Amino acid sequence: MNAICCIARVPDTATRIKIGPNGKSIDPEGVQYVINPFDEFALEAAIQHKEAKGGELVVMYVGQDDFAKDLRQCLAKGADKAIHLKIDGPLGPQGISSLLAEKIRPLMPASVFCGKQAVDGDVGGMGVMLAGLLDVPAVSKVSSLELKDDTAVATREIEGGVETIDASLPCVFTFEKGANEPRRAGLKEIMAAKKKPLEVEEVSAPAPKLSVESLELPPPRPEGRIVGEGTEAVAELVLLLREESKVI
Amino acid sequence: MPGICVITEQRGGEVKRASLEALAEALRKKSTVGGDVTAVVLGHEIGEAAAALAASGADQVVAFDRADLALYSSEGHCACAAQAVRDAGASVVFVAATIQGRDLAAAISGGAALDAGYAADCTAIDTDGGDLVATRPVFAGKAIIKVRCTAETFVLSLRPNIFDATLPGGSASVTTATPPFDEGSLRARVTGIAASTKGRKDVAEADIVVSGGRGAGSPEGFAPIEALAEALDAAVGASRAVVDLGWRPHAEQVGQTGKVVSPKLYVAAGISGAIQHLAGMRTSKVIVAINKDPAAPIFKVADYGIVGDLHEVLPALKDALLALA
Ligand SMILES: Cc1cc2nc3c(=O)[nH]c(=O)nc-3n(C[C@H](O)[C@H](O)[C@H](O)COP(=O)(O)OP(=O)(O)OC[C@H]3O[C@@H](n4cnc5c(N)ncnc54)[C@H](O)[C@@H]3O)c2cc1C
Repeated sequence: MNAICCIARVPDTATRIKIGPNGKSIDPEGVQYVINPFDEFALEAAIQHKEAKGGELVVMYVGQDDFAKDLRQCLAKGADKAIHLKIDGPLGPQGISSLLAEKIRPLMPASVFCGKQAVDGDVGGMGVMLAGLLDVPAVSKVSSLELKDDTAVATREIEGGVETIDASLPCVFTFEKGANEPRRAGLKEIMAAKKKPLEVEEVSAPAPKLSVESLELPPPRPEGRIVGEGTEAVAELVLLLREESKVI
Repeated sequence: MPGICVITEQRGGEVKRASLEALAEALRKKSTVGGDVTAVVLGHEIGEAAAALAASGADQVVAFDRADLALYSSEGHCACAAQAVRDAGASVVFVAATIQGRDLAAAISGGAALDAGYAADCTAIDTDGGDLVATRPVFAGKAIIKVRCTAETFVLSLRPNIFDATLPGGSASVTTATPPFDEGSLRARVTGIAASTKGRKDVAEADIVVSGGRGAGSPEGFAPIEALAEALDAAVGASRAVVDLGWRPHAEQVGQTGKVVSPKLYVAAGISGAIQHLAGMRTSKVIVAINKDPAAPIFKVADYGIVGDLHEVLPALKDALLALA
């Protein structure tokens, strides 16, 4: 069975966000882009799927900008092929899932591995939407995954507990941080990855379903204060929490 | 046809508070959207939950009650919820942005279901003419976006603990609906739920969170953090550094790649205040920081700071609080 890993390109999490001149998107000036942190766990799970079940592992990225260097990294880690579906405008999870579904259908049966959410839009819906379009089940926010013959057992952390989920394969899984230990590619693999196929295909993006009114920085927190040093400041702190902010 | 459908979540027959918040918000938006407010509940033997919703002020209640809905499945719950929305002819759908709710809201918005516009994890919903404008955090709260829907159906998931849960009360009828798939045909479903350790409070749900970072020094160094959390009936949180070190479980991690929390009180002890950590807690009502280093960035967002050793300050703080009680 094949495996597909979907990769998003996002600003590095250390980025200080600045708003662009149109007031509707960020200012990309000086922003470093990386593979979405949650996708690293998806990629590792997809590589393990390939190792266990054979088939082809294809990494897919939908986006406006070049991402070849990072896609090569995925190839070095164990993917067989990378596809960049190049669009000419930003796209939400609906649009991305519909483009991916079309590309993945000919490769079915295939299990699909995604991050639980891309840390730019923070929607966390692409994988689940994709599952619907591919007519396979979905398990989101996987915190551990065990692959069996035709099934898989996943866990998911929910409020105050951990769920166990049984899924039949193929299935779409979206990954939480810590689901596995993502591997590093060695020098030999990095060299070999240069010969692996990386296709760029221009596609036209479907119309978005939301329109942006505005993008703003959050209001700054009011200036705080240092109450004092060491245990001597504790009494005053308690007073402030009680009398001033009334939270205890 | 207009109308709002609220897909509620119940556990053990009790409707989750976050779902009541979403329902209350739907009732407040009813005059803008027009049509009825329909509350939908799914599960097995959920008469009690359906009755509670019927008495909430919703215009009607639709219940899907079958054994294979007792535990969550994205597929099964999505099929039922999407059918309920279609049957009600609703143009707007509200879901509480819990872990389950965010899965479900995304699933029903997808191209295979309602093909809707989806605004996740909304923190405010405004009206503009007859339109809803959703406010939601992006880039882990480093920016705030306002969106409106250009599709026929608008699905919104509402962040818990933000919207007022006051319900007007009423008496609606409960309709029992049949799930639109054969029993036993689900391909992925929850088979069990284990409660987390010692029935501890979850960071994402607690009113007060006491978090520790690398400044705790060791796994055992979390003792004063746990003791203060217990005294305050709070949840224990952690920075990624101590989760990656294996000192604390991942479920406690607060931040961009952990949980986003907005309790009324957040205590950060021995946490430097890296941008990824701040992303997860900067919307807390009151922030208290305890750090040895007066230049630590956490003090920039803290309402109150104490410069000092957490191993001394936290026990003193706990004693002072217990003395109050
Ligand atoms: C992709 C990515 C995602 C990330 N996501 C997250 C995330 O979700 N959450 C998160 O927290 N981090 C995240 N990080 C990591 C983040 O950048 C920081 O490394 C981390 O938050 C630091 O943890 P810390 O504050 O506990 O440790 P440190 O930065 O080492 O700070 C320890 C602090 O403790 C103080 N201290 C030391 N001893 C004492 C004492 N005895 N009493 C009082 N204070 C003391 C020190 O002065 C210092 O300020 C992420 C990083 C990356 C690259």
